Amino acid sequence: MDLFTFLKPKNELEGSEQADTNTPFVPDSLWVKCPSCNTMLLASDLKENVGVCTKCGHHFRMTARERIALVADKGTFEEFDKDMVSKNFLKFPMYDEKLAGAKKKSREKESVVTGKCEIDGNSIVLCVMSPDFMMGSMGTVTGEKITKAFEYATENRLPVVVFTVSGGARMQEGIMSLMQMAKTSGAVKKHSDAGLLYITVLTDPTTGGVTASFAMEGDIILSEPNALVAFAGPRVVEQTTHTKLPKGFQRAEFVLDKGFIDSVVNRKDLKKTLATLLSMHSGEVKE
Amino acid sequence: MSAYDKVQAARDAKRLTAVDYISRMFGSSFFELHGDRRFGDDKAIVGGLAMLYNQPVTVIGIEKGRTTKERMSRNFGSANPEGYRKALRLMKQAEKFHRPVLCLVDTSGAYPGIGAEERGQGLAIAENIMEMMTLKTPILSILIGEGGSGGALALAVADEVWMLENSIYSVISPEGCASILWKDSTKAPEASECLKLTSHNLFDLGVVERIIREPAGIDDRKMFEGLKMLIARTFEKNLNVDVDTLTQERYDRFRKLGNNV
Repeated sequence: MDLFTFLKPKNELEGSEQADTNTPFVPDSLWVKCPSCNTMLLASDLKENVGVCTKCGHHFRMTARERIALVADKGTFEEFDKDMVSKNFLKFPMYDEKLAGAKKKSREKESVVTGKCEIDGNSIVLCVMSPDFMMGSMGTVTGEKITKAFEYATENRLPVVVFTVSGGARMQEGIMSLMQMAKTSGAVKKHSDAGLLYITVLTDPTTGGVTASFAMEGDIILSEPNALVAFAGPRVVEQTTHTKLPKGFQRAEFVLDKGFIDSVVNRKDLKKTLATLLSMHSGEVKE
Repeated sequence: MSAYDKVQAARDAKRLTAVDYISRMFGSSFFELHGDRRFGDDKAIVGGLAMLYNQPVTVIGIEKGRTTKERMSRNFGSANPEGYRKALRLMKQAEKFHRPVLCLVDTSGAYPGIGAEERGQGLAIAENIMEMMTLKTPILSILIGEGGSGGALALAVADEVWMLENSIYSVISPEGCASILWKDSTKAPEASECLKLTSHNLFDLGVVERIIREPAGIDDRKMFEGLKMLIARTFEKNLNVDVDTLTQERYDRFRKLGNNV
């Protein structure tokens, strides 16, 4: 066994090959092929169906803005720290180009969008990671934005909902990306100690340093169907153990069965589910 | 020494491991405590009680093993979730008795096995990080060899983090980084430079408070005597700080990392 392959593939998820298997769900072309059942879907139908295959129920990836539109009450989202941008403070090779490419592709400045909004009238702080910004990799700005969002929520006694999607820590920021796991977890702990609700929604894929920090720290952990939820990605596990992986390994339903997720929720039911859970923690009796 | 020389020194098979540190600093006072009370006893993590001069302490170390046979039984220092859960159990126990916690970190990373994933490796690490942040007793973590990513951080959320001069601490292995960057894992020496993983790099970045010199050629007994004294002084100082201040300072320590944006 080669010891040093252990850590390797965690970050491989951020590679472009991921995009081939699951393209974001609002494509420019008229027809989209479902990567799960191979059915050709009309792009407008797919969009109408919130990015879920009308035939097999496959959940396509969503951008952060699409997510916000899906769950936030119309016109209620107010973004925090929208101008915070990453710097190449380690002068890491090719990182500037990578950041520029990610910004262009995602039209976002970082891998997470944070802010406050209402879900069915419940005020919350919302953090949504973006799969098209370096596969949601966690850099210092990602960590800082999430930490600030939790601090705001603690101060204003608001629940937090976080949608995770991540290939893990961002190696281009070296140890500082690892430190974001501690920083965000500290902010989650303070929020939790204040008696406030934190719900995480795991989406495909949630791996590495994000899984090993705020993704798994929710009071209630939900997941979209079939999302990959892992610390070490399946390729790393396979390479390390030289064993065939069990069927459905590290998929949401498998992780649910092992006891690490509270519920797998279909995208169409997500807003309603969140609203119900939030209202149960609001301390108000609703008619 | 280049960054890659440091990587190799940190991984050297002859390098002292956690149990060497424990026996040299605590001798026969060390009493090992086993198991996570949930699943099993992970031999990649050694934990127990020891006397630091007159002060009882909880000591937790990631142990790579010294002989081939021992390395296999220790899973080469790659812990499973039950190892991290054992560590957390012992930390909670230390909190109850207000005893300081010393963590000795030496791992290439948390084990990426099927069972580890099935038993919630990500959650185990996340829980340690979160609980250590507010543990109401002093914690000191020392990286003695390899500090591999989340598996190392799970024992390195502390009031202070120190590094042995020739230890490393990184978000990813240089081989892993090189294979992603250049599709060529033999470029690990270049990647080692980019990652800024040496003790001096990390001191400059404000990630560690102290570097422990590794004197070549001198009897290492002297180093251990000095180290033991430094640890005792740090614990003595932090035991006198009220716990709410201590945990707030611990939070602030990590809070400021990467907020210069």
